[in-house]
Amino acid sequence: MASILVYAELSEGKLASTSLELMARARELGDVYAVALGAGAKNAASTLGKHGAKVVHVNEDAAYDDYIAEPATDALAALYEKEKPDAILFGFTPDSREVAGRLAARLGVGLIANAGDISAEDGGFVAKVPYFGGSKLASMKANARPAIVLIRPKSFEASESGGTAEVKQLETPVAEASKRAHIAERVVEASEKVKLEDARVVISGGRGMGGPQNFPLLEDLAGALGGAVGASRAVVDAGWVPYSMQVGQTGKSVRPGVYIAVGISGAMQHTVGMKTSKIIIAINKDAEAPIMKMADLGVVGDALKIVPALTAAVKKKKHG
Amino acid sequence: MKIVVTVKQVPDPNSNLTLEGDNTISRDKEAVLDPGDECGVEEGLQLKEAHGGEVVLVSMGPERAKDAIRKGLSMGADRGVLVADPQLAGADALLTARVLAAAIKQESPDLVICATESYDGSTGMVPPMLAELLGFPQLTFAKKVEVDGPTIKIHRQTADGYQIVEAPAPVLVTVTAAIAEPRYASLKGIMAARSKEIKQVALGDLGVERSEPAETIGAVVDAETRKAGEVIEDDGTAVDKIVQVLAAAKVL
Ligand SMILES: Cc1cc2nc3c(=O)[nH]c(=O)nc-3n(C[C@H](O)[C@H](O)[C@H](O)COP(=O)(O)OP(=O)(O)OC[C@H]3O[C@@H](n4cnc5c(N)ncnc54)[C@H](O)[C@@H]3O)c2cc1C
Ligand SMILES: Nc1ncnc2c1ncn2[C@@H]1O[C@H](COP(=O)(O)O)[C@@H](O)[C@H]1O
Repeated sequence: MASILVYAELSEGKLASTSLELMARARELGDVYAVALGAGAKNAASTLGKHGAKVVHVNEDAAYDDYIAEPATDALAALYEKEKPDAILFGFTPDSREVAGRLAARLGVGLIANAGDISAEDGGFVAKVPYFGGSKLASMKANARPAIVLIRPKSFEASESGGTAEVKQLETPVAEASKRAHIAERVVEASEKVKLEDARVVISGGRGMGGPQNFPLLEDLAGALGGAVGASRAVVDAGWVPYSMQVGQTGKSVRPGVYIAVGISGAMQHTVGMKTSKIIIAINKDAEAPIMKMADLGVVGDALKIVPALTAAVKKKKHG
Repeated sequence: MKIVVTVKQVPDPNSNLTLEGDNTISRDKEAVLDPGDECGVEEGLQLKEAHGGEVVLVSMGPERAKDAIRKGLSMGADRGVLVADPQLAGADALLTARVLAAAIKQESPDLVICATESYDGSTGMVPPMLAELLGFPQLTFAKKVEVDGPTIKIHRQTADGYQIVEAPAPVLVTVTAAIAEPRYASLKGIMAARSKEIKQVALGDLGVERSEPAETIGAVVDAETRKAGEVIEDDGTAVDKIVQVLAAAKVL
């Protein structure tokens, strides 16, 4: 039986939902172990147990929260030497990928990133990775042991399997020499009304919105539908809206009941973060935009006219 | 302050990619300096302007990647190093990081600047590997970089705001596109770049050997795509149609 180590990502004491998604697939690959570092690790361990972890290695040292990547890399490298898992799974998230990168370089094994799935084949592991602008899917066989694989959020559905994990204290202390990249301050800018990741309806705006002055049109529609507003990277990079609103490969992955893409062309790096939405509606003045080829309903027209009219119609339907 | 900026040559984002028979992405397209690295070069130049020092561009790629280095030199960087070797064709992230680390070590920089992720590789795995191999701490997702004596301080973009993260130099920083608007190369800059040094080295010069790639590419199949639904022109009834879809999806 293969042994699989899952890196459970904690952020200010909270377990990342991606970690539980990973557990769902890891259970099918072999015996599952997890490691949780920083504040909240013990709490996370009991949740991880319910999701199939046999053993969870924990350490609640604050250094894991306060210093970027290095303390966690040390802990994982030490754990690897002791337990020799066949595979180590990470979420393909900003925080996890930093740890995974350092670990892969330290162990000298390389890694497979941005995977959408992983399976056990011929005593090894094969990951499915989008290729060639996302139009192709490549099967990539991991050549090294451990196989380090980073899997995109929302690739699997998290589910409890029942069970209790044995909680093991990770004894290695955090080395002083690894306390270097220090998070001195945390500044929260965005106070989202409805969380993008949890919203039933997401309305995202792209460059076709014309400018930041038109984003309130999307806020109004979101307000009427009880949804949240997202954005493409083009408008985040342009400074129209904060990064917290970015949907896509380097932003958030969402899976709402309805996703409305407004003035977004539908580049692969965007669609990878929303294509599992149940219903996709696109509003775009270009009938040939790639987003039109994946939308359940594509409306060709001017967003600045359609969105206010839609908001009015939604309000009328709700109240009338 | 000695600053190394890693620069990668990538297929022009404005041209369409094609696949070769063996499922590798063909390289004979127009190639440009990675737009993300252009922001890295800009940030390096601004830091040099504020604190003095030197900006060295380091790249791994085929010989024509000199054009990407030349672009950065014409923006104002001082000199370049290109690691070019036929053995490096198809290098994975770890081999790339090992090669870059070996080349960068010879420069003993105070600061290494990379882009958060490249336009074509786009997994952002090279920088943390590089930081590890250099033995540097990593300050990532920077939308602002400050030098405060021996300390480098950044604003690290997070999902709901930013963090102030600091580390003693030498450090590796990854920058987002929000860090700085790349300058246009002036005619004077383009002329000056012609006489700036680009040192070309091979794997052997760095004492690095080609390693087994982390993965073997097997079957490549067409990705599952969502089927296109209905596309309608907005002739005045589009809003009603959207409302129907919203109602059917039970969000209204
Ligand atoms: C490494 C990497 C990572 C990336 N990560 C992400 C990511 O996480 N998320 C992301 O979104 N992108 C990401 N990108 C960028 C992505 O490739 C695209 O550049 C980006 O998504 C384009 O944004 P857009 O659709 O808003 O702009 P554009 O591509 O410029 O499209 C604008 C659209 O608006 C339409 N339009 C214009 N005017 C109107 C109007 N009045 N009414 C209706 N429609 C109109 C146009 O027809 C067009 O289709 C990434 C890129 C790279 C290289
Ligand atoms: N071959 C290369 N030469 C120089 N820099 C590179 C190379 N590959 C990656 N990098 C650097 O690492 C960043 C992230 O690349 P990647 O990990 O491929 O997404 C790039 O933007 C570059 O700054």
